[in-house]
Amino acid sequence: MTTESAVAAPFPAVAPRRRDRRWPPLVPLAIVTALVLCAVFAPFLAPQSPVEGSLGDRLVPPIGMEGWKSGHLLGTDRLGRDTLSRLLYGARISLSVSVLAIVLTGAAGSFIGLLAGFLGGWVDTVLMRLVDISLSLPGILIAILLSVIFEPSFTNVIIVVVFLLWPSYARLVRGETLGLKQQEFVALARIAGCSNLTIMFRHIVPNLIPSILVLATLHVGFVIVLEAALSFLGVGIPPPTPSWGVMVADGRGLIERAWWVSILPGIAILVTVLSLNILGDWVRDRLDPKLRQV
Amino acid sequence: MQRYIVGRLLQAVVSMFVVSMVVFALVRLSGDPIQIMAPPEASQKDIAAMRAHLGLDRPWPVQYWWFITRALQGDFGQSVRFRRPALDLILERYGATLELGGLAVLIVIVVALPVGVYSAVRRGSKLDYAARAFAALGQAVPPFWLGLLLVLVFGVLLHLLPTSGRGTPLHIILPGVTLGWFAVAGLMRLTRSAMLDVLGSEYVKLARIKGLPERQVIWKHAFKNAALPVVTFAALLFVALLNGSIIIETVFGWPGLGLLVIEAVDSRDYPIVQAVVLFLSAMYISANLLVDILYAYLNPKIRYSA
Repeated sequence: MTTESAVAAPFPAVAPRRRDRRWPPLVPLAIVTALVLCAVFAPFLAPQSPVEGSLGDRLVPPIGMEGWKSGHLLGTDRLGRDTLSRLLYGARISLSVSVLAIVLTGAAGSFIGLLAGFLGGWVDTVLMRLVDISLSLPGILIAILLSVIFEPSFTNVIIVVVFLLWPSYARLVRGETLGLKQQEFVALARIAGCSNLTIMFRHIVPNLIPSILVLATLHVGFVIVLEAALSFLGVGIPPPTPSWGVMVADGRGLIERAWWVSILPGIAILVTVLSLNILGDWVRDRLDPKLRQV
Repeated sequence: MQRYIVGRLLQAVVSMFVVSMVVFALVRLSGDPIQIMAPPEASQKDIAAMRAHLGLDRPWPVQYWWFITRALQGDFGQSVRFRRPALDLILERYGATLELGGLAVLIVIVVALPVGVYSAVRRGSKLDYAARAFAALGQAVPPFWLGLLLVLVFGVLLHLLPTSGRGTPLHIILPGVTLGWFAVAGLMRLTRSAMLDVLGSEYVKLARIKGLPERQVIWKHAFKNAALPVVTFAALLFVALLNGSIIIETVFGWPGLGLLVIEAVDSRDYPIVQAVVLFLSAMYISANLLVDILYAYLNPKIRYSA
């Protein structure tokens, strides 16, 4: 270090903690908030029923195009159902599938990871082999199979998501648990006479929460696209429930005459997922920058 | 290394075994096949005879054993809809899926690698921003919707390209681009971040100080070392292409395995669904195996630790 710089910086330089002060990205935050509100208040906001159409109003174009009708701002589909109302109710499906599936898979995967990391030994070996096997199975094919055996349903979608995502939680939590187990507070808890269960749930789990939350936020967008893709293929949410994926599929054959039927729900998916991904990145940088590679 | 390969091979066998059990169990859970096959006027005695004839009165493990030995000999049963062996149908459609996947891989390699590398080399440039915006978009766009959008723009509005089926070379352009798209986004991001790590290293600085031409520094010294995480992505790429091909073949009516299985779902053609799921799972598991072995070969850390 030269004298000059020593004078300029009398104290050891501290790296500016720029990331810590970063605000959440406002536009994506606003979009996601609006979406949650739409999903919750869909019955009050939707101008029409999402499943019943009027056959007199089939394929009405959205506002601004020739022949649009004031009751249907975003037009109607092949059965005369209002696109806007279906989109609002669709937000419910997308959000409820992703929240429910991620809560379930996060809980199950984390619990398995916790057991593997904390108990070690053969439990660890067996559980981690299960993770490897699970990762090497093709999820979308299993979804297809499930839908042939049992009718397509909300439950099937949840099963498929849990099946696809639990290994990432198990791996993450196992790694973190291995590190935490070595720490002094665990040894002290043991000396104080805590049982394995108490150590796991009272002392280790609270330290795992931030990483699990980060992974969960990063998964929300993924699950929304997955649900839409399964529903589009006819192996996810069954029609006439207004899932965004079902809506895109409904408009497939109409793309020449009525592009809005499938293009508008696609835009809804795109904007939602993009916002969620940007927010997820922000949460990650904020809570757990070491997860950058996940 | 040998131990690693053997272990990995065993794991692949176990995975395939699990898939076959899942397929077998799910199909058995779906109901008694006799109820579907037997005519309504059949007596209890006829049904019992039929069950014995088909071996359905045997314990499950025995039935599973028959199922698996037949499958290994290429007998996946008959398609209910086409009244033909499932394997024949698979072999017929297989080529179309490979063709589509091949084009997508080509697009991914030709676009994602160079753009990823140069967006790292010229960090902060316009190219870098454009590439990153594209990658963020690419990961949020649902592929089936992108396909429809391309159909709308290039088929319906511009009348430039055919939008469905397979025939002329023009037919493959839209499905190929759609399938390649989201794999491009992922690989580009990964190449960029791997290159950024490597470009800051001492040996790249040394290569520059030595006065080597920039192109040689980038491709020979930096990229070779950045390629390792990129290889891992090849497994994910395959997953993306496999899942993607099922979706994209449906959008574009491309007559491959994906369309075959989705049509079979619609017509409740169990044997076909079963056969395609087993077949694609085998492909998927072997591709994962190959990538892991390749990765171990390239990365001494894994080669010697395992």
